[in-house]
Amino acid sequence: MNLNDFLSDPNLLPWLIPVGPLLAFFIITLATNRAKLLPATSEEYGGHHPDYDGMLVPVVTTRSRALSITVGLVGIGIAWILSLVTVFNGLGVGAGKFGKTVFENSIAWMATGITSFNMGVLVDPLTVAMLVMVPLACAMIFIYSVGYMAHDPRQSRFFALIALFAGAMLTLVVADNVLLMFVGWEVMGLCSYMLIGFWFEKQSAYEAAIKAFITTRVADVIMLLGIAYLYAETGTLSFREILYNEEVLHHLATTPALLLGGLGLSASALIGIFLIIGTIGKSAQFPLHVWLPDAMEGPTPVSAMIHAAAMVSAGIYAIIRMYPLFEAGGHPHEGDLTSPLMLMALVGSFTAIFSATIAVAQNDVKRVLAYSTISQLGFMMAALGIGAYIAAAFHLITHAFFKALLFMASGAVIHGMEHGEHHAHEHGHAHGHAAHDAHDQTHHHEEHHTFDPQDMMNMGGLRKTMPVTFYTFLIGGLSLAGFPLLTAGFWSKDEILADAYLGLSKGFGPHALVFVLLALAAFLTAFYTMRQLGLTFMGEPRTPAAEHANLGRGIVSFTMTLPLIILAFLAIFAGFVGVPPQFPVFGAIFSPETNPFFEFVKYTLLPAMQPEKPPFNWLPVLTSFVVALGGLGLGYLVYWRKPLKAGQPDPLVSFLGPVHTVLKNKYYFDELYAAVFVKPLRWFSEVVVVGFLDRNIIDGFLHLMGRVATWIGELFKLLNTWLIDGVGDGIPELVAVFGAWFRRIQTGRVQQYLLLIAIAAILIALIFAASAGGALVQAAP
Amino acid sequence: MTILGIDILSFLVVAPAVAAVIVLLLPRQKDAARWGALALSVVIGALCVVVFFAYDRTEAGYQMVSQVPWFTLIGASWHVGIDGISATMVLLTGILVPLAILISFEVDERVHMHMALLLFFETGLLGVFVALDMMIFFLFYELSLVPMYFIIDQWGGPNRKYASTKFFIYSVGGSLGMLLATQLIGWTAGTFDIPTLVNPAVVNSWVAFQGEGGAFLGIGIETVKALAFLGFFVAFCIKVPVWPFHTWLPDAHGEAPTAGSMLLAGVMLKLGAYGFLRLAIPLFPDVWVADVSILGVIQTNWAGIFAFLAMLSIVLGAFAAFAQNDIKRLVAYSSVNHMGFVAIGLAVAALAYGQNFMDATGEHLQSAIIATNGAVLQMFNHGLSSAAMFLLAGAIYHKTHTRDLREYGGFWVKAPIYGGIFIFTSMASLGLPGLNGFVSEFLVVRGAWPVFTGLTLVAMIGLLFTGGYILKGIRAVLHGPFNLKWRDTHLEIELREVVAIAPLLALMLITGVVPNWILPIINDSVTRLFGG
Repeated sequence: MNLNDFLSDPNLLPWLIPVGPLLAFFIITLATNRAKLLPATSEEYGGHHPDYDGMLVPVVTTRSRALSITVGLVGIGIAWILSLVTVFNGLGVGAGKFGKTVFENSIAWMATGITSFNMGVLVDPLTVAMLVMVPLACAMIFIYSVGYMAHDPRQSRFFALIALFAGAMLTLVVADNVLLMFVGWEVMGLCSYMLIGFWFEKQSAYEAAIKAFITTRVADVIMLLGIAYLYAETGTLSFREILYNEEVLHHLATTPALLLGGLGLSASALIGIFLIIGTIGKSAQFPLHVWLPDAMEGPTPVSAMIHAAAMVSAGIYAIIRMYPLFEAGGHPHEGDLTSPLMLMALVGSFTAIFSATIAVAQNDVKRVLAYSTISQLGFMMAALGIGAYIAAAFHLITHAFFKALLFMASGAVIHGMEHGEHHAHEHGHAHGHAAHDAHDQTHHHEEHHTFDPQDMMNMGGLRKTMPVTFYTFLIGGLSLAGFPLLTAGFWSKDEILADAYLGLSKGFGPHALVFVLLALAAFLTAFYTMRQLGLTFMGEPRTPAAEHANLGRGIVSFTMTLPLIILAFLAIFAGFVGVPPQFPVFGAIFSPETNPFFEFVKYTLLPAMQPEKPPFNWLPVLTSFVVALGGLGLGYLVYWRKPLKAGQPDPLVSFLGPVHTVLKNKYYFDELYAAVFVKPLRWFSEVVVVGFLDRNIIDGFLHLMGRVATWIGELFKLLNTWLIDGVGDGIPELVAVFGAWFRRIQTGRVQQYLLLIAIAAILIALIFAASAGGALVQAAP
Repeated sequence: MTILGIDILSFLVVAPAVAAVIVLLLPRQKDAARWGALALSVVIGALCVVVFFAYDRTEAGYQMVSQVPWFTLIGASWHVGIDGISATMVLLTGILVPLAILISFEVDERVHMHMALLLFFETGLLGVFVALDMMIFFLFYELSLVPMYFIIDQWGGPNRKYASTKFFIYSVGGSLGMLLATQLIGWTAGTFDIPTLVNPAVVNSWVAFQGEGGAFLGIGIETVKALAFLGFFVAFCIKVPVWPFHTWLPDAHGEAPTAGSMLLAGVMLKLGAYGFLRLAIPLFPDVWVADVSILGVIQTNWAGIFAFLAMLSIVLGAFAAFAQNDIKRLVAYSSVNHMGFVAIGLAVAALAYGQNFMDATGEHLQSAIIATNGAVLQMFNHGLSSAAMFLLAGAIYHKTHTRDLREYGGFWVKAPIYGGIFIFTSMASLGLPGLNGFVSEFLVVRGAWPVFTGLTLVAMIGLLFTGGYILKGIRAVLHGPFNLKWRDTHLEIELREVVAIAPLLALMLITGVVPNWILPIINDSVTRLFGG
């Protein structure tokens, strides 16, 4: 098969989608990542790195920078084009038909007895929706990175890693089976580890990286069990063979589970719970949410990658993808929730409100967004729990757009603040540091650690110096807050609430809980978004850095601003593909007959499982209006109309009192986990496993055996001496003579010993050979 | 296939020993020994590759067989041949020995002898993997100890005397029981021929051996069999090593020179696992599944006990690795962790094989095939990744002369290529999907889950902590601010080391992405083992 076959056949084309970024990773790593040695004090090694007393360090060359950027952009560009072709192929099949027929292709990958495990690609309506979002968001992040990482001494490595990241995400999206999905899932885990810890010399960075990896791994090993279980139970991991097959689903739902089967847990429920735990880790849901806020330590494009385009979206995507498995045996629309669905509804709605409260009390511009991501993922999780399958998918996509926008805009703010700090510094407005070396002034060195360019308390008034960032941030923020009618976030969030309300109106408990908690969370979301906007952009600058904050001109400014504008556009218009048809005015404009998104995506499922579109109801819509506008209004009153002045404390501190301290410290979960898991496990491994078991018990026993053997030897020696003494002089003399002769051989040199061993071995071999030869002769007639 | 009139497998076994003698006779220049040994080992390695690809997986039975009478008096013969499992191991040995020799270029004392010992060691390894006679098997199994003892004892680290003695005595102690068991089987069955002995019909007659009125030297046959089984079981458990027989390993691996560690971890541990598959499982199917009561409380069988110990290896191995501050000991303990997966896969195999031998229900057969595939592939994969990890640990030890992780820090600043390779290899060792280790671990977990559900669940803690110690290693070596103590030390990986590790890296990636280049060869033999 040649390339042309792959390009012309829509079934084969998906194979090529992840190839561009993956190839880009290998090309950059093996070919274009070239460095020159420079003193660490030089300007080009600036940034987040110590100066090492002028030691020579590798810094990526200018040529290598240009090549790596080009390779990366071409790679993601190819992926984007191929994705678009696939999307149009899919749309061309037509809603209603596409889903029954899909694009798929697979090959034998792993031999398992007389059967074989197949690996392949699958494009169905859900994949198409993801292929609209993922490559686009990734491409924006790549473009943005060109400017953001322009001065980093290891910039080629950065591009290699985000290319791998994008490649892994695309692999996950086009996978036709759980195992390939898991491959993409874990490779993304690696990439996030590498990128969170990209500035690996910083303690906070590598610690955050390790935390991210280990926390998600807790979930991943459980998920691996789920995959193994599913495979053992069905003999396949192919999505279509399991999820589009009522017989298999029925079998799974009626077989008792291997563990806890006695309690009435079915195989599908246990598998579902295992898989959902995987998502709880990956999508940072309570109680495994702790890694995501710390993931801010990476460069900002990475945050956008993790929070929007890839990583955390992958967790939700995985659940949406395997939804029939979780639903098997239950009917969420009739109030009959299976255990996995119940788990999702509880975890999701709790996480949504839980992390929204934390976000209210954070001052780090990126940390607020991090907690908002956790909260929004909770929305999706809760939606899935109550059966709002399509609403969750819709929110996943709109969220990706506005959250990518928000992160990159906040990155622009940070970049601008660093720029401003540097500027303020050079002009002597510095704070505390009077004397500076020549090399110190050239860049934002870590001597400036007292100044935090991410702290919103240091900002204020940025709307004047960074207007494009302000307006795009504003659009992203309003979309996140669900500003009615105009923003994408409104339409997707509204749909979740509509689904929950439908259940509530029928009197289902979980639906009611989800509705109430999500509405409250939505209110808080609107409030902290307004707080963030007010603190960052309104009023007067609270520090010299804020006063001088800007992105400068040229390539850096351009590449960082362009993605913001494109994403701002999407943060508004992406919502209009999913407007309910009965919605006044908007329904008539955007959904004259049916809700296009809903109608297209629902054919991912078997006809019997396709959800009914909830009938239009004013109550959830009004709720959406009230919580969004209420939260925004309250934020407006507190932070926007009367912006904070320099040195003025956050009004929330006095209002909430000790509650604020608890929220600011994120309910002390980091401290709790350190005390309950990290320290005891370290103690267990060092003191119990190695110190006690291996060294004292096992080796102690061995040493005792050794000592006993030595004692016995000594005893025999004693016996010998006595015997020899007793037998008279003749024999000892003989022994002495023999000993003298033997001593000449016993030189203590290993070579000689070995030579003797070799000679002996050859002699023995010869004897054997002779006897064998004799036997052969005898055997011959 | 014959070479110089000798069949290829016999040639392959003898050739390294001859090569060792040739190296000893080479001119006294150190480089003569280095390049000579490398050239000879590459030729032998190439032969191993030829053997691997010449093996026809579709054909049942052993291939490239050669059998000549040898010790007719006791019924032992020189019988060699390979199936898919041994072919894989031969390939692994053939690949690793030249790379280990290339790494040994850094050895500067008694170079000739060092190289000769490495080659001599290869004879022992290949001999075990191709042996189809229990006496031959035992002979080479023991033979491999001698060169490794001297390699550790003469070229090892500061604590080498203790480590080498412990290694040798521990291993020989284990082998004593195995020798007795071998004799016992040979004597009662009248032959040492493995294909004859593992034939279910023969096993049955041996199981039903009545000898002198149902007793052997006055001891009931059941007891005799159980003792013979124990002889094999303990010997192989020491070699694998399975917890609690593992404490020789961190000492030996930690103190051995780089090449020694590479081959110890890369190939020697596989002798134990291979022994289980070749001898302990097919010879004692009934013993594996016979009821065992522990203190009258727990009812289980030997397969269950084995799985339990394997689980402990996985979990406690990972914890112990996590607790280390010595880079080589950390990597050494990681072997306990990884070989635990091999062991639990073998436990599934033992259980299913035993049950089907007893009542042919066919229960767990598919799981057992998958688990055994995983175990054998894990043997191969662990050979690649542990050798590469020891290579990297050795590379940094060679430059800094310390193994203490706390003395390192921030090496990625000065050694970006080393750092990249280190992370890649660590991830392979961690079992990152897309690389080799994942495929085999997934297969083992899949096979073990329906059979030993609870144990597999607990073993996941070990899998989690694999991440813990791997990241600890990366963090200590590469991350953090650069430790200015090494300001003027050359830390970047050398070209010779890159050449030595490159084939391993390539195989890790290829096996992770397209496991079917090797898996069907394992799979077909394993499927036949289970009567498929």
